[in-house]
Amino acid sequence: MKKYSVFAIAREAMRAHKGWEEQWSSPEPKKEYDVIIIGAGGHGLGTAYYLAKEHGITNVAVLEKGWLGGGNTGRNTTIIRSNYLYDESAGIYDHALKLWDGLSQDLNYNVMYSARGVMMLAHNIHDIQVFKRHIHANRLNGIDNEWLTPEQAKEFCPPLNISKDARYPVLGAALQRRGGTARHDAVAWGYARGASARGVDIIQNCEVTGIKRGPNGEVAGVETARGFIGAKKVGVVAAGHTSVLMNMAGVRMPLESYPLQALVSEPVKPIVPCVVMSNTVHAYISQSDKGELVIGAGTDQYTSYSQTGGLHILEHTLDAICEMFPMFTRMKMLRSWGGIVDVTPDRSPILAKTPVKGLYVNCGWGTGGFKATPGSANVFAHTIARDEPHPINAPFTLERFRTGRLIDEAAAAAVAH
Amino acid sequence: MLLIHCPYCEEERPELEFRNAGEAHIARPANIVAESDEDFEKFFFIRANTKGLVYERWRHVHGCARFFNAVRDSVSDKFIMTYKAGEPKPKKLPGAGK
Ligand SMILES: Cc1cc2nc3c(=O)[nH]c(=O)nc-3n(C[C@H](O)[C@H](O)[C@H](O)COP(=O)(O)OP(=O)(O)OC[C@H]3O[C@@H](n4cnc5c(N)ncnc54)[C@H](O)[C@@H]3O)c2cc1C
Ligand SMILES: [Zn+2]
Repeated sequence: MKKYSVFAIAREAMRAHKGWEEQWSSPEPKKEYDVIIIGAGGHGLGTAYYLAKEHGITNVAVLEKGWLGGGNTGRNTTIIRSNYLYDESAGIYDHALKLWDGLSQDLNYNVMYSARGVMMLAHNIHDIQVFKRHIHANRLNGIDNEWLTPEQAKEFCPPLNISKDARYPVLGAALQRRGGTARHDAVAWGYARGASARGVDIIQNCEVTGIKRGPNGEVAGVETARGFIGAKKVGVVAAGHTSVLMNMAGVRMPLESYPLQALVSEPVKPIVPCVVMSNTVHAYISQSDKGELVIGAGTDQYTSYSQTGGLHILEHTLDAICEMFPMFTRMKMLRSWGGIVDVTPDRSPILAKTPVKGLYVNCGWGTGGFKATPGSANVFAHTIARDEPHPINAPFTLERFRTGRLIDEAAAAAVAH
Repeated sequence: MLLIHCPYCEEERPELEFRNAGEAHIARPANIVAESDEDFEKFFFIRANTKGLVYERWRHVHGCARFFNAVRDSVSDKFIMTYKAGEPKPKKLPGAGK
């Protein structure tokens, strides 16, 4: 792998950019691997990267049914924060936030992590109580989160409407300054490049259609669109399709898959300097470096694998955006799309071993797993390599739905669904 | 937005009149206190989450307010049929071969 640097750019500028190499190779699948990861989203590619980098396991394949990063990784609104309520969540999301900080350097790939601050608006007395509880819980866990008055909120985000005449006036806000955004595609590409350089095979257009078990029930490999591939360890990292894949191994999951939509506006000059989220009027917004307003909606009410969603969901979101930012009422929206998110009953992820020997699962990130990508991948690689969870993901078991030890966040994207 | 046929009102109405109420044909245990943890988990948390035909409950909240069941294709979101609450899971679906 040739290192990217200012010198590389200068060198290539001198020779008509003919020396850039492919970022990752696309080999034919081998007959057998030590580890197969199903799903080339950020979490799957990151898992392969850390398996190679931190555990020396390089005989690894990442199998992807479409193109890498084409799932929720490439469809999300890229909000990053770690101000979750419970200790377990604080542990895993802040592990991720710390990794975001050095990720571009680590990968030698600009993931454009921008700690521009995530501000969550309070519109009623319940919001105030809940956010203040979060702020105190976060501080006990050493996570920054602070309370702002409406005036301070407006100072932090000037276009915000804090008029008392609004239907749901802003009564204050919780701000995590270390929160922000990153470039979603670059996260997938950067991990893919880093993994490929360390010997991982990334195989696109290779749908997994079956999980084969050995005589004692252990994992033996996977059936794919390109034939059978053997492996003693298989990690399922397939977001909305997790139930489908786990079913192939006879494991039924506590998951439901819902469409979640987002949309972007025409590009405009810089106007929204941070990320703004609101539970109560239900919308979230930031501005990309290209200038588009990036707006997130809620899930549809029914399970679906259609990767689209109802138009009324988007309309409802835009109502809320116009309420928070009346100046956007005449903005034109350019594109909208949907992803399929896998939601657990307690809205916390599952990163764990499964009842099937050699089968591991990383799922249930639902509406809010982009922010966790580096942390999740890092501890999941540990779980697969050592066949035991890292202390950070140890609480995120599959068994918690039997024992009752839930991690009841119920607000993973900080919007109430 | 989906158009949903309410089997009580006997007409197709926009989705906004309805609330989805999750997977259908999950029987509530008669004696929940005696349930084992495994069985309670299956009843309360585990879901089929099928890619394909799903059997689900809907409630016509802004209409007759009654619960009913539907068969829907979770890939195309197309409804195959709806039927009244309490009726058994349909063995044969309209349009399906023998
Ligand atoms: C509209 C939207 C907005 C969001 N906003 C945010 C946000 O602001 N902040 C945040 O933190 N999170 C957000 N999320 C959630 C976030 O996108 C996900 O939690 C995260 O990206 C999941 O990453 P992943 O790598 O697990 O899954 P994915 O990126 O979905 O990767 C899974 C991959 O598995 C592949 N796959 C599936 N089945 C098979 C098979 N049989 N064989 C081979 N491959 C298969 C898929 O094609 C896919 O590429 C949002 C999601 C959506 C849809
Ligand atoms: Zn009705």
